[in-house]
Amino acid sequence: MTALTALPGAAAMNRDGVVPPLPWRRMTWVTWRQHRVALSGVAAFLGLVAVYVWLTGLQLHHAYDAALACRPASSLTCGESSSNFKGIGQILANGFLLQAVPALIGAFIGAPLLSRELETGTFRFAWTQGFGRWRWTLAKLVMLALAVSVAAGAISMLFSWYYQPYFAAANQALNLAQSPSLTPGLFDLRGITFAAWTLAAFAIGGLAGMVIRRVVPSIVATLAVYAGLAAGTGGLLRQHYLAPVVTRSLNIPGTAWVLSAQWFDRHGRPVNQFLLGQVLQHGDPQLAGKGGVPKSFSTWQYLLHHGYTQLTTYQPASRFWPFQWIEGGWLLALSVALIAATVLLVRRRAI
Amino acid sequence: MNIVETRVLGKRYGSTWALRECSLEIPAGHVAALVGPNGAGKTTLLNLVVGLSAPSAGGLAVLGGHAPGSPAALDEVAFVAQDTPLYKNLSVSDMLHVTRSLNRRFDQGYAEARLDELGIPAKRRSGKLSGGQQAQLALTLALARRPSLLVMDEPMAMLDPIARHDFMASVLTAAADDGVSVLLSSHVLAELERVADYLILLSQGRVQVAGEVDALLAGHRLLTGPSAQADSYSERPVVHVRRAQAQAHLLVRASADDPIPPGWESHPVGMEELALAYLREPRASALPGSVGRDAEPVTVAR
Repeated sequence: MTALTALPGAAAMNRDGVVPPLPWRRMTWVTWRQHRVALSGVAAFLGLVAVYVWLTGLQLHHAYDAALACRPASSLTCGESSSNFKGIGQILANGFLLQAVPALIGAFIGAPLLSRELETGTFRFAWTQGFGRWRWTLAKLVMLALAVSVAAGAISMLFSWYYQPYFAAANQALNLAQSPSLTPGLFDLRGITFAAWTLAAFAIGGLAGMVIRRVVPSIVATLAVYAGLAAGTGGLLRQHYLAPVVTRSLNIPGTAWVLSAQWFDRHGRPVNQFLLGQVLQHGDPQLAGKGGVPKSFSTWQYLLHHGYTQLTTYQPASRFWPFQWIEGGWLLALSVALIAATVLLVRRRAI
Repeated sequence: MNIVETRVLGKRYGSTWALRECSLEIPAGHVAALVGPNGAGKTTLLNLVVGLSAPSAGGLAVLGGHAPGSPAALDEVAFVAQDTPLYKNLSVSDMLHVTRSLNRRFDQGYAEARLDELGIPAKRRSGKLSGGQQAQLALTLALARRPSLLVMDEPMAMLDPIARHDFMASVLTAAADDGVSVLLSSHVLAELERVADYLILLSQGRVQVAGEVDALLAGHRLLTGPSAQADSYSERPVVHVRRAQAQAHLLVRASADDPIPPGWESHPVGMEELALAYLREPRASALPGSVGRDAEPVTVAR
């Protein structure tokens, strides 16, 4: 046997004695080959969702056009066609079903990415190849993150089209329900946030897989963390993106996302619904609706006349895009941070 | 050049030291066997050598000063991990493609010819191969990278005797033909006897024996004589005493030329015998003088 006098690979080193890293494109085929089954699964799943949403959407838009075109608006036929419109796609109407899509992508693409390697021991193969462990991890995370974000972005354009009738300005005149465009459940299916949530779910899955190191527990953790984050954002965080509008006016636009409405007496003390009901009972029993809630405009006029004021806080519909950018922005920042944390954990060699 | 150089290297998991105060210099051009009972720290040491884990104490370098896991080291060190992990759902040719993509060098022709010779079909999923074929595939992937150092962790644990023989023949051919230095671990001493020419004995996280097999064997003799006189023997250092009724067997540090007390016989020792004797005497050690004393930290290339 001949003794080695120098590294045979020394020729690959540049003048500084540093080995130039292998080009990133080497990872494209590897990533595709290893994840093509999962990616195809996601594509098939999204395809089915898209076909369903598209077919339902065609019906919905058709019924909406029919309701719009109906004259005279107060006729029985028009009433029928507007209720026909309202009856279509009720399972999609509140948007909660479609909220599961990012969670599933995070759980089934993100979580197994590292946990499967760690669970089956193949990381010992992958991380000792010339490409290097942290670059291998970064390449995979970035490529798959891009793939799922683009797919999510594409399907959210379909969702935007689908929900258009709910937000159309013509609805009020037609006496159709007009949803506020910031409504929780529908807000993050449209614009850029759906892609951003999908990216975040994927990044959560990636980190969960590295930390937990087992496939099934990391999938469960991803679903739980994602659900908590999405619920917390919709229920608590989103309303604070911009300071809400506070008004004494009772003329709140139907497109507004009303956060709270509170009556005050002439001394500025808050009045709860029960007291309000008593006031109305005392003044005119006819005015009090069910549970003591004012039920008509004349009730409001009665209360205003007697020195009561209502303060309403709401987010106007015009803030849809600012809110989209704010939510998309912090989700992107969060995803980048999670991916960076995952890569750092891999690099730290804590095996 | 040393393929592996460690200085007071230690690795701790939680509060347990899996490896401690390990100082080694393994010269290039050997088939080095890392031997020890289960839990001795063999896998820990190999994981450190290939850069899968980072040391808790001390330092190490591979191939003459490269940090394990550094780009230069990754290019030159190929690793066949325990249980030879492969992507089970990938075909043999896809495994070749993956390995080719992830490395600067990959000898596709060599890999294909070798697999063909072994009768491993390229289209078959690697998970469907027999244990022996999987081990051979993992070895082929490692050798096709044309490494300077091949590290293998219990590569034969899952193999039957014939597959073991074929596997070791492949390793020896690579070592002889291509000048690849080999470091492999095993807890089966017998299978290393014909293969290894450098021995590292690891016990309870410490290095007990390190050196070239020929030198180690030449420096030890097995003395057989009456049990009653066993304790009075003091001419040469005694490693281990084994008594059987009237006779005692002493493993001593001595050469064939050393004088033998009257009534005693001197025999050469085998590698397995030597290793077993040291394993039974955890406090005894046989280490090259240059290692472990006044050790300076290994300078590691960044």
